[in-house]
Amino acid sequence: MFFLKFVIKNIFRHRLRSILTIVGVAVAVLAYGLLRTLVGLWYAGVDRASDTRLITRNSISLIFPLPVSYLERIRGVPGVKKVAYGSWFGGIYIDEKHFFANYAVEPKSYLELYPEFVLPEKEKSAFLMDRKACIVGNRLAKTYGWKIGDLVTLKGTIYPGQWEFVVRGIYHGADRTTEERVLLFHWDYLNEAVRQTAAGRADQVGFYIIGVTSPAVAPDVAVAVDALFKNSLAETLTETERAFNLGFVSMTEAIMVAIQIVSYMVIAIIMVVAANTMAMTARERLGEYATMKTLGFTAPHIGGIIFGESVAISLAGGILGVVLTFPAAHWIEVELAQYFPFFSVSRETILLEMLAALTVGVVSGIFPTWRGSTIRIAAGLKRIG
Amino acid sequence: MGIPISYSFRNLWTRRLTTVLTASGMGLVVFVFAATLMLAEGLQQTLVQTGSPDNVVVLRKSSNSEVQSGVERTQAALVETQPEVAIGADGQPLLAKELVVLINLQKRGTHKPANVVIRGVATPASFTLRPAVRLIEGRLPHPGLAEVIAGKSIARRFKGAGLGETLRFGMRDWRVVGVFDAGATGFSSEIWGDVEQMMQAFRRPVYSSVIFRLRDSSEFDEFKSRIEGDPRLTVEAKRETRYYLDQSEAMAKFLRILGMVLTIVFSIGAVIGATITMYAAVANRVTEIGTLRALGFRRRDILSAFVIESLLLGLCGGILGVIGASFMQLITISTMNWQSFSELAFSFTLTLGIFWKSLFFSLVMGLIGGTLPAFRASRMNIVEALRSGG
Amino acid sequence: MTEPPIVEIRNLSKSYRRGSQIIPVLSGISFDIARGEFLALMGPSGSGKSTLLNLIAGIDFADTGSIQIAGVEITGLSETELAHWRAGNVGFIFQFYNLIPVLTAFENVELPLLLTHLTRKERREHVEAVLSVVGLTDRMDHYPAQLSGGQQQRVAIARAIVTDPEILVADEPTGDLDRASAEEILSLMDRLVTEFGKTVIMVTHDPRAAEKAHLVRHLEKGELQ
Repeated sequence: MFFLKFVIKNIFRHRLRSILTIVGVAVAVLAYGLLRTLVGLWYAGVDRASDTRLITRNSISLIFPLPVSYLERIRGVPGVKKVAYGSWFGGIYIDEKHFFANYAVEPKSYLELYPEFVLPEKEKSAFLMDRKACIVGNRLAKTYGWKIGDLVTLKGTIYPGQWEFVVRGIYHGADRTTEERVLLFHWDYLNEAVRQTAAGRADQVGFYIIGVTSPAVAPDVAVAVDALFKNSLAETLTETERAFNLGFVSMTEAIMVAIQIVSYMVIAIIMVVAANTMAMTARERLGEYATMKTLGFTAPHIGGIIFGESVAISLAGGILGVVLTFPAAHWIEVELAQYFPFFSVSRETILLEMLAALTVGVVSGIFPTWRGSTIRIAAGLKRIG
Repeated sequence: MGIPISYSFRNLWTRRLTTVLTASGMGLVVFVFAATLMLAEGLQQTLVQTGSPDNVVVLRKSSNSEVQSGVERTQAALVETQPEVAIGADGQPLLAKELVVLINLQKRGTHKPANVVIRGVATPASFTLRPAVRLIEGRLPHPGLAEVIAGKSIARRFKGAGLGETLRFGMRDWRVVGVFDAGATGFSSEIWGDVEQMMQAFRRPVYSSVIFRLRDSSEFDEFKSRIEGDPRLTVEAKRETRYYLDQSEAMAKFLRILGMVLTIVFSIGAVIGATITMYAAVANRVTEIGTLRALGFRRRDILSAFVIESLLLGLCGGILGVIGASFMQLITISTMNWQSFSELAFSFTLTLGIFWKSLFFSLVMGLIGGTLPAFRASRMNIVEALRSGG
Repeated sequence: MTEPPIVEIRNLSKSYRRGSQIIPVLSGISFDIARGEFLALMGPSGSGKSTLLNLIAGIDFADTGSIQIAGVEITGLSETELAHWRAGNVGFIFQFYNLIPVLTAFENVELPLLLTHLTRKERREHVEAVLSVVGLTDRMDHYPAQLSGGQQQRVAIARAIVTDPEILVADEPTGDLDRASAEEILSLMDRLVTEFGKTVIMVTHDPRAAEKAHLVRHLEKGELQ
């Protein structure tokens, strides 16, 4: 009880210094938490992938197409419930800065395989009826102020020309992790246009999406599908949506690893700052510690007081940092919605933030604690004069 | 005559431990600052050096990269006959019709997939146009055989891409008969083979791009406006330098913004550290400050002595940070470039500009950290300052 | 039959190292201090009087020799054992009072009692008792900075006697005080000897302080005169 009170009184002794240190730790903890969340988001696509969906693509690489004629043969594989197909369109709206994903898909089966794209029945049937129609995600529609009935023009990069679509539906994500910045339109519309301009590239799709009856059969289905087209002109590679997304994510892993390293570095920086502060504080109080030792207090007592102060300051900073994490994450979600559709801080991140603060407190306390508890009394007392 | 700089310097020296700790806190921040700039610089330099200003890349209109582009044989032939195309020593136009595709390869060790650029090239024009590309091992592929050569960073890091190994794509096994070095250019992250072989294997009837050397560098604008206006052609032309710069823009910008945000956040921590240290420095020397003032030094002198001390502290941090960052030059990062969708290896690159920026930044941190404590020191009342030294 | 002395010092030596130089401070001192003595140790700076005091108080270590205090040989004790011994047997009074600035007078005095098993209530009783001895009952909630030098030293004395040790050591207790406050402190110490039977060992180079002591011994170049 007394020691706690003593530690707290000591913290308030150099109010400015303690406040600065607490703010420093809070900023570091905040930065650490946000960076961790950022890295987590990168991998979020992997986590939200369904394990009853498989993706089939050309085994050479994504840029090579597959014939649309594969559809019937894939459908015949046991365990396959539904098959959709589509192509990455890569259209540009206005200019390259306004990037969003856009796909040409077979609309009916695609929407059935992606129940997380929630669309009112009326809009859905309007979309299915109109070959020039497209549907867009709610966030995307908000960004550009699109309403039902609006015309959207994309400039083709893979398929040359200006492409016009009518917005027939605006979908909402089933939960907040669902991607709401996608534009989908009819693959038939794309294919007919391609047939007229570049017949050689017609009747080809970029990918098949296979819905399987249960996650358990997914590996067998994947093997069976690839076996069907082995040694054909376009061999396939089928993997679960999760593996497919992971493959994508791992390609930019180096950047993520760098961000992760940096997120630990911010903790290291503040550790140095806090250690310095504690060393300074302990040095100034060596005389007091010597006095207390004269009174019969032992090294563990003195150590506990210094260590307690170090840990208490860091934890205070940690708590402040954690408290600030929520409004900061909310701010990012609102202001930077374009880049981060959601920015939710996981409980694990909060725990790690506190752990980081604790580590700062412990590490920065070690040296001063050692110094304070091992001080020779006679030497310590001399410093008073 | 003010207080000599050696006073500030010796005070830092006396409190070595504190100085080192504070300076290393700042040093880490400068390190992060410099390292992110170096990364963006490395990326950009790699892609900029890949291109040569006299070379022109012809792509299908509005396709952003060679991978997305397709140039019909007839259109390529038309480009070949343009007068701006330089003629080589052998009397042939210095022009290469190339095919660029991505294939999925697995990294050695981790088995993680990555998109690697395969370039179908024309011999010898493709090599003449890229003087940076030098064969360092093995030989060039024989025309008509399923043979390829691999860039240095691909050969080292990807399964099947080393000399003598085979890669399987397009229903054929391709022997890697040579390894080439293209210095710090993007070509080091590519695999090259004969363009006609590639077109057969990938069943691509069209080229991806046409690359040629300008007869005269100043003729570019004229060439560009003429072929882009030609109704028979659906192509656009870019200088090779501009093309590769565009490829790196988004990622370099991302790295810079990320670096900037991180640096700002981190510097808050370091400035706090400097402020605490300098406040303590002032508090420990109250009597000394009183004595100096009693000796006749003005408030201004005290102020500048402490500001200089803090600047020196910042400079120490800056030097530490830059030294640390310069070691990062040994590290090569390999990641997917979002714009070209393909694997690219590049190194941290320290330039003189980054060096000065980092040092300047460290001085600014020192200045901000030292200002308030220096003001406190200079405002001190002489009598009270002298009395307080028990 | 005479009572055995409370402090028995035999052949005590101590030297310091300054760089490569070894500076002898005490060289083979032997002497006794009787129970209930008020002893003043005098001598010029560097004579070793403070070192001797520190050794008796168990806050410094001798090179050779023995110190027996109330029958306990303290030179053989470990750091922790010494700390426990100090807590119960010695009270220390410093020139600059050495109060903890963030604690009130009451809390400063209570500090050594935290090392005992006394209850909160018992501690309060002890603290209030010693504060009334030093005449500061009305100031017990003040912080050191709110007290005069003399008052601070009285708090320090209260802290020294709160555990009821037999020996009090004082290093220049009046060195930082004005004449009037010094008188007060000295008579307080005198009372501790005569009324409460404490043994006081005081280092000083103030002759007027030494006058108050019952016995004065001079130390010069590490040897007792």
